[in-house]
Amino acid sequence: MATPVLDKADAAGQPEPGFADSPYITVTFRIRRFNPEVSAEAVWEDFQLEIDPKERVLDGLHKIKWDIDGTLTFRRSCAHGICGSDAMRINGKNRLACKTLIKDINPEKPITVEPIKGLTVLKDLVVDMEPFFQAYRDVMPFLITKETNEPTRERLQSAEDRARFDDTTKCILCAACTSSCPVFWNDGQYFGPAAIVNAHRFIFDSRDEAGEQRLEVLNDRDGVWRCRTTFNCTDACPRGIEVTKAIQEVKRALITRRY
Amino acid sequence: MSTTETTASGVGPVEGAAVYNVDNPAPLIEAPRKRTKKTPKSTRGNFELAAWLFMRLSGIVLVVLVIGHLVIQLVLDGGVSKVGFAFVAGRWASPWWQIWDLAMLWLAMLHGANGLRTVINDYAERAASRMWLKALLYTATVWTILLGTLVIFTFDPNIR
Repeated sequence: MATPVLDKADAAGQPEPGFADSPYITVTFRIRRFNPEVSAEAVWEDFQLEIDPKERVLDGLHKIKWDIDGTLTFRRSCAHGICGSDAMRINGKNRLACKTLIKDINPEKPITVEPIKGLTVLKDLVVDMEPFFQAYRDVMPFLITKETNEPTRERLQSAEDRARFDDTTKCILCAACTSSCPVFWNDGQYFGPAAIVNAHRFIFDSRDEAGEQRLEVLNDRDGVWRCRTTFNCTDACPRGIEVTKAIQEVKRALITRRY
Repeated sequence: MSTTETTASGVGPVEGAAVYNVDNPAPLIEAPRKRTKKTPKSTRGNFELAAWLFMRLSGIVLVVLVIGHLVIQLVLDGGVSKVGFAFVAGRWASPWWQIWDLAMLWLAMLHGANGLRTVINDYAERAASRMWLKALLYTATVWTILLGTLVIFTFDPNIR
């Protein structure tokens, strides 16, 4: 019995694709480099790549790191928009490099890639996320109940109660929102949108009983009242969370609780 | 030029040897006013809530007060040319206009001062400059409010 042969006849019959038919285009990546072991200054460095415009910015960064300059440093883990490690400022806007297609960000011009703003730059595109996670921890992002005995079965919740905080469960802690916030750029003491989103997720959860405590934390000097509703966070969120709306809902909860 | 002088990039101009290396890294590019473990914990006050709410409510009232004021002063009854000592004396003879102007003075000053306070909090990076700018702001606010209130209540139409 003959083994099936993959039919290459169609491709072979066609003329060799010319240079003009190549899907590849030349793209300039303009990357903000910083290496404290070399210089105290950050500098822009240009890289020219032949790349398919349907690929992602992260693929371009990989090409640079693997083929051109191995010292380029950036975070990425899953590379599919779930882990939230590769948030960066691409063409002046916070995005996930793994969810941004090159064709969508005008590849005729150099594509600028910078670390997210408002956090200490450690090297190239890697920033110190600790202050961001400190703010996250400060809002107690875990279920708190006052009952002393653990229930023997699951904590039931109606579909409506679940839908109340559905939007804010989508957060992947990439820091795109917090590092797009002009208040956070100037004052890292501000909790920032991501921490408020994750507080919102539990404040409006019917099973949780520590909403009061969380509201108290966010009622402080550096809490929700520093939000200027510029909507940068909503624009930046790669998960499409209505961040500013969540912050406003926390504000409303604080006011209705008090008055 | 001395050969030991370095450029901004940390590389000497002549010998090209890097000033910074693995054992002697440059300072990191710090973010302003970083959140650290020493960041003050919650103060359990409601001042920021009250200030935020005051801005919204006073803003609504000020729209009415200020537009009314502008219409009376600049549009009705001959416009700005009618405004003189006699006109002011005539208005302040009525407690209604006294209260109107007093409310406008207090609300506008507190609204503006609170707005500037948030601007200073947002933009002044160093603690000392924040403190001094706010001290200046509060002094000017208190001074203007007290002086204005004094004039509204002690205005003497027969002053010579």
